[in-house]
Parts: sequence; structure tokens; C-alpha cells
Amino acid sequence: MTQWSSGKARHEWRDADAAGDPELRGVAIDIASTFLATTAALVAATGLAHARIIKGEMPWEPGGAKPPQPWQPGPWVFFTADEGAMVEAIVDRLIPPDNLGAGGRQAGCAVYIDRQLAGPYGRNEGLYTRPPFMKPMPSQTPQDPETPAMRYRRGLGALADYLRVTFDGRKFGDLSGEQQDTVLHNLESGKIDLKTLNGAQFFNLLLQNTQEGFFADPIYGGNRDMAGWRLIGFPGARYDYRDWVTRHNERYPLPPVGITGRPEWTL
Amino acid sequence: MPRKLPRKDVVIIGLGWTGAILGYELATSGLDVVAIERGPWRDTANDFPPAYAPDELRYAVRLDLFLRTQQDTLTVRNKTNQTALPIRQFAGFLPGNGVGGAGVHWNGQTWRFLPTDFNLRSHLEQRYGKQMLPDDMTIQDWPVSYDELEPYYDRFEKLCGTSGKAGNLRGQILPGGNPFEGWRSSDYPTPPLKQNYGQTLFAEAARKTGHNPFPQPASNLSEAYTNPLGIRMGQCTYCGHCERFGCGNYSKSSPQTCVLPALMRLPNFSARTESEVTKINLDSTGKRATGVTYVDSSGEEWEQPADLVLVCAFSLFNVRLLLLSGIGTPYDPQTGQGVVGRNYAYQTTSSVGVILKDKILNPFIATGANGMMIDDYNGDNFDHSGLGFVGGGYMGAGQSNARPIQTHPVPSGTPKWGAAWKKAVAETYQSAMRLSTHGSSYSYRDCYLDLDPTYKDRFGRPLMRMTFDFHDNELKMSAYLTDRLAEIARALDPVELTATPRTGPYNANIYQTTHNTGGTVMGNDPATSVVNRYCQSWDVSNVFIPGGASVFPQNHGYNPTNTVGALAYWTADAIRNRYLKNPGPLG
Repeated sequence: MTQWSSGKARHEWRDADAAGDPELRGVAIDIASTFLATTAALVAATGLAHARIIKGEMPWEPGGAKPPQPWQPGPWVFFTADEGAMVEAIVDRLIPPDNLGAGGRQAGCAVYIDRQLAGPYGRNEGLYTRPPFMKPMPSQTPQDPETPAMRYRRGLGALADYLRVTFDGRKFGDLSGEQQDTVLHNLESGKIDLKTLNGAQFFNLLLQNTQEGFFADPIYGGNRDMAGWRLIGFPGARYDYRDWVTRHNERYPLPPVGITGRPEWTL
Repeated sequence: MPRKLPRKDVVIIGLGWTGAILGYELATSGLDVVAIERGPWRDTANDFPPAYAPDELRYAVRLDLFLRTQQDTLTVRNKTNQTALPIRQFAGFLPGNGVGGAGVHWNGQTWRFLPTDFNLRSHLEQRYGKQMLPDDMTIQDWPVSYDELEPYYDRFEKLCGTSGKAGNLRGQILPGGNPFEGWRSSDYPTPPLKQNYGQTLFAEAARKTGHNPFPQPASNLSEAYTNPLGIRMGQCTYCGHCERFGCGNYSKSSPQTCVLPALMRLPNFSARTESEVTKINLDSTGKRATGVTYVDSSGEEWEQPADLVLVCAFSLFNVRLLLLSGIGTPYDPQTGQGVVGRNYAYQTTSSVGVILKDKILNPFIATGANGMMIDDYNGDNFDHSGLGFVGGGYMGAGQSNARPIQTHPVPSGTPKWGAAWKKAVAETYQSAMRLSTHGSSYSYRDCYLDLDPTYKDRFGRPLMRMTFDFHDNELKMSAYLTDRLAEIARALDPVELTATPRTGPYNANIYQTTHNTGGTVMGNDPATSVVNRYCQSWDVSNVFIPGGASVFPQNHGYNPTNTVGALAYWTADAIRNRYLKNPGPLG
């Protein structure tokens, strides 16, 4: 999974201050050993980035970059089999396959959501989680102690319960397309009671994540075969349009590329 | 007990634009300088190389380069009688993090304020009378004039290599530039960027309706450029991944592309990263700073003694550090007394969306600051008599990108999902354009920053609390500006036009800008300002806040960075030429 926030261990200690003066050198060496000892332990234990002292030059070193980690094909990482099947069916109604191109399932939106929920996004990594959690005004930002992963687990479970009761034990994937749309509309409008969960909010989360998966770089598991980008004509990670800025009202001619290029380049 | 480090001449808190500029100016003066930065080191090659910089999910949606709320955040409310709640994920504005600060993720709009912005209150009272201003509006004149600051605007633009077209060269109005701008001592360092189709169409419509369009001044460079520090920048490729991203082409001006390569080579400068200053330390008189205390990422606490303390964090965090350090009297909105936290202001933005007929706009061909703008309705460039408001803003076509997760417009009435949504997204992407207004935000008695009574940070220190709402003056202004923009947009003969003026209350969920200003404002009167005209603390004369937007007495109808950069150079000159010769309060 993507690990954007953990830094690669890099040690820097060059302090010319200390070179000539024994007193200063003593202090500096003391600090250096403390830094190194503490940070080495930290890096070993948690992989956290650590304090650095940078001096004398731009601290470039080979292999220091933090590229995104490509998704790995394979079984669900976060979802259970039932959850995964339900989300695959849902994303295919939110973005249905048709003559314009692939739908959400074929584009990998459910896989994208699965991998995101298993990663830093799913566990609200880096966010302020101190209590108290009070009900916000609409102009204030959400105050929700639950992570996206917890919300999915609870939301999908509550939706499955609702379907079991309402449709004689059938699952979302067993319903007709029309019935599926009706369920989603009722979820969106808050007509379905998911008990402790706000159904409309959960629907919005599903919709937002599905669209992310449809339009994000394919490296994250969605937008497979760049289906989302081809639908609208977004060229992706081309990064250089100097020839085309003043070609007004002419369609950009090149197909999209992702961060890892195009599938046919690597075969 | 913090462990004490060897003394430095200068300690800089935060290594963004102002920290980098002051670091370079003072280290080249022979001073021993250390900068302490709470975020990580960042540079182009390691942190935003072209190989993976164009990643919308990582940078624009998951906000990889921004401050995480776990490290620091603030609480927000609209009115003093409400309970402020913490921002748990930044959304309405996005403070940067790490070396380069907001200079990494900005778009590059490089505007100067108008000459009359600098004497705002006296100008407005003289032209319209005192009764024109609401009683609770606390705008005040800047302690510097446009004429004094002009050479420093010029220096910052040359540092950046800003692309643009002069409209007022030493008093001579030139065609094709902004006829309303203050005089310029020289043209922009590089010519304007090329304009894409949508921006060209807007400029034609603006001209047809009697306005004066011109290319927006952009620190996304139209051609290769070597700046006065000898650092070379590359030509912008119009990649459409600018704001919220670092630039992989060395084309967007930033501390990384304009200052650090020269600064880091100076033997008497060093940077400490992942180290957060928690307090500015004062001696027993409370009138002199002895240095700072900081905590590194292992939790170890250090004391860094220094003769001169420069507060160079993002504007909001400058205010918080002063409040936590007990420098200056905190502002009290009930009495109107006190100064730290006073005159917090923002920006009043709005938009007009259009869908055009049979047009291929290629909206993804864009730069952060490219665009065609008009300034006819900014500041006091137009007669406000009878309008019922003061202030204004620039407006025009400057859509900075069309990255598809966040930009997939559809006609109004389209379902939010399903086959009809998919079809509408496919049909609309190439022909939709977003026009915008960028308006002033004047300061008010009840808009301020203080320490939150409930919520604490990871060190147990109170979070800062923001109390802010839009006032009638700004909402009327936004309605007026948005109407003017919609009139121009109608000349484009759109299939659909959606005008969205700003409405209240201020909503911290909707991204507007990261132009948070005020709280440590500059002025000539210690009763209404935290720093004097040289950005020097009135209370502790060896503490300066060299130009962060926290020193703005109110915010004007432009992006702040050029004024931040100009004030940084202005302060650096005051320290070099005056303070160092005779340390103490600068009269």
C-alpha cells in the first residue's frame, strides 16, 4: 500500500561550527550521538522520518525519492468476499458500463477502494483525533471519530442487513439493475434507515471514492486501461503541452499515459 | 529540561519564502544563521520529480505536501457566541508543510497591491466620507507606502523571474498590461505565458464589453531564466499540476527553485528539519528574546540561543507562536484592546461557470497562474458611490487545471451518478470553463485569532481558535463583482451559465484560498499593531516577523505572495542597514 508519510532513513550530520572549538565540538558531538542513537532506534521501530541538520549543499542522494507504491493484483485486502462483491455491484451502478466505455467494476473502482481502505487513508493517518467530538455546525468541518475503514465496515454491514430483510435474504448483486438503482437512490436521499449510520453520508463517501477510483492514476488500482481518462479526453501524466497551448479548438491528439506509462509499453 | 545548543546570531523559525530570503540576506551579511523547520526537507529531485509529480490523488486529494492536523491544526467558528471545533482534516484552506512552505504548493499568481490599498482607510474616508465605512470595520493604513515598497516588489519579481506584461512603466500606461497597476520601475523579468483557448475567448469578451484584459502575472516561467542569485529555472510546460503540487520542471518559483541552491552553499547557514519551535524565549525583563526552544522528531527538546529571532512560519502559525510565547497583548474583541490575533482577514472569492457551444478548450493545458484578467473592479479602481460597499477584486479566466477527480463539470440538473451522469461528464469536460473573482476581505472587530479553551495539540499546548465570518460589505461586494463577471461571460454566448457569488456563513469545508492574513499586523501605532513599519515587534525589539501575511492590516483583492516577498526584502534591508548598526527599536 502507499506509504506516503514514512520517510526513508537518511542521516546527516555536518556541523562546521564545531570544527575549531573544543567546547563547541564537544556539544556538537554530544548532540550528534544523541540524534543518531535516538533516530536509529526510532527508524528501526517505526520507520518515522527524523530530524536532520542540513548544511553546506543540497542534500540530494540517489534513491531518496518516495514514489507511489503500485497496487498489487490479488485477493481483497480490506473487504471480505461479501463486502467486495457488494461494492463491485454498487460501483457498476454508480458508473455503469455502456457504449461510452467501461463501468466502475471493469475500471477497478472496487479494487481501488479496497486498497485505499487498507492504507493510510482508511485509518485517517495523520489526522487530529483528540476528543471531545461534538456535533459541528454545517460551516464547521466533520467531527467523526470513525475512520473511513470503520465507516465502510459498518455501512456495508448495515446495508446488507437492510437488503436481507427487504428483499427476502437476497444480496445487492442478486437484485435487478432497476432494484439496485432504487436502493442506491433511497440510500442517497436518506430513506433507508441504516440504524446508527447516516445513510446519505455513507452514500456520498461511496460515490466520492468510486469517482476517485475512476479518475485517479491507474497505479492505484482503478481507472484500469485509463477508462476514466479516455471517457473525457484527459491525457493523464503527459506533463508537457507546450506545442499545443495555442492550437485553439483542436482536439489534443495523443492518448493518455499514466505514471507508469501505457500498458503496451511494458509488454 | 531542554539541552542548550551553541549560540547563533540569527534563528529563523520556518524555512519558506520569508525564511529563505532572510536567511540568504543575513548569511551573506556575515551572520551565523540557523533555520528551524517543523516539516521535512523537500527538493525537486527527491520530492516532486516529473516521473510521478502529476498524481492528482496523492497531491491534490490526499494532500501529501500539506500539514497534517495531527501535527498542528486550529479550531474554527463563525461568531464569538459559538463553540469552535477543531479542523480534523484541512479543507477550506491548506497550510503547507516542510521546507519551502506555501511557496511549494502555491499557484504562482504574483500580484502587487494597489497604491491606494496601502493608505486604505484615509483614502476611502477622504473620497467617500467616514460614514461610508461600517462602525465595526477595523481597516487601517499600512505603515509603508506603495512607493517605498516598489523597489522590493521589483526585487522579489526578479528573484522569481515572474512572467507578465507591464501596464504602468514608470507612470506610462502601456497597451496590453494592467492599466490600473501601480507604477513599475521595470517590466516583468520574463514575457507573458501563452494563453490557452478559454482564456483567449474570455479576453475577447472582456474587450468587447469595454474592459481591459491582460495576462495574469505568473511565477510559472514563460521561458528559461537565471535569477540574481545565479539560479537557473526552466520553461513552464503547461502541465496543469501546479497548486497543491511541487513543480518537477524547475518552472514554478519557490524557495527550492529560487533561493535554496544558493542559500544551502553558504557556510554560515544551516537548516534543521522535522524540528518544531514551541516557544520564543524571553529574558526576565520580557523585552528581549534569548532564542527559541524546539522539539525534534524524536521528542528531544533543545534550546537554541540567538541574538535575533525571525518569525517566518505560515501566517496563522506566526500568530499562534506569539500567543504561546507571551509576546504582545492578546486581542480582546469585547473591549477592542490588545493586538495579537487582531484583524484576521481572508479573501472573498466567487465563480461563474460556463459551458460553451461546440468548443474544444483542452482545459488540462494550464498553469497555476496563467490566465487573462481584468482589474477594472478591484480596490478603488471604480466609483463606489451608491454601491453600499467598499473593496473589490480582480476577475477573469485563470482555470489552473482540469484534473478529473476534482474537475468533471456537468450541466445543472444532471443526476449525480449513473448513465446520464457518465454521458454528461463525457460531453461537458472539453467545453466547460470556470471564471472567478478574487476579492478583498477587510478586517472587523469580531474577526480574530486567539487560543482555544478546550482543544490541545500533541504537546498539550492550546490550539489556536479562529473566529471569522463574512460581513455584509464583503457579501455585497462579491454579489456586485460576480454580476459584472457574469455580464462578460454572457458575451461568450454560453449554453449554460452558473453564477455563484460568495454567501455566508464562512464555511471551513469549502476550499476558497489559503490567503489567511492578519493577527500580527504592522502599523505606526502600538495600540493597533504588533510590529512596526520594519516588521519589528513593538514589545521585543530583537524579534521580527519579516513579511508573513500575518502582518497585513487587512487583505486586498489580490494574492498575497508578492507582497509577502517584498516585505521580506524590505525587512532584510532594515535589519542589515539599520538594526545591525544599532540593535534596538527602529524608530
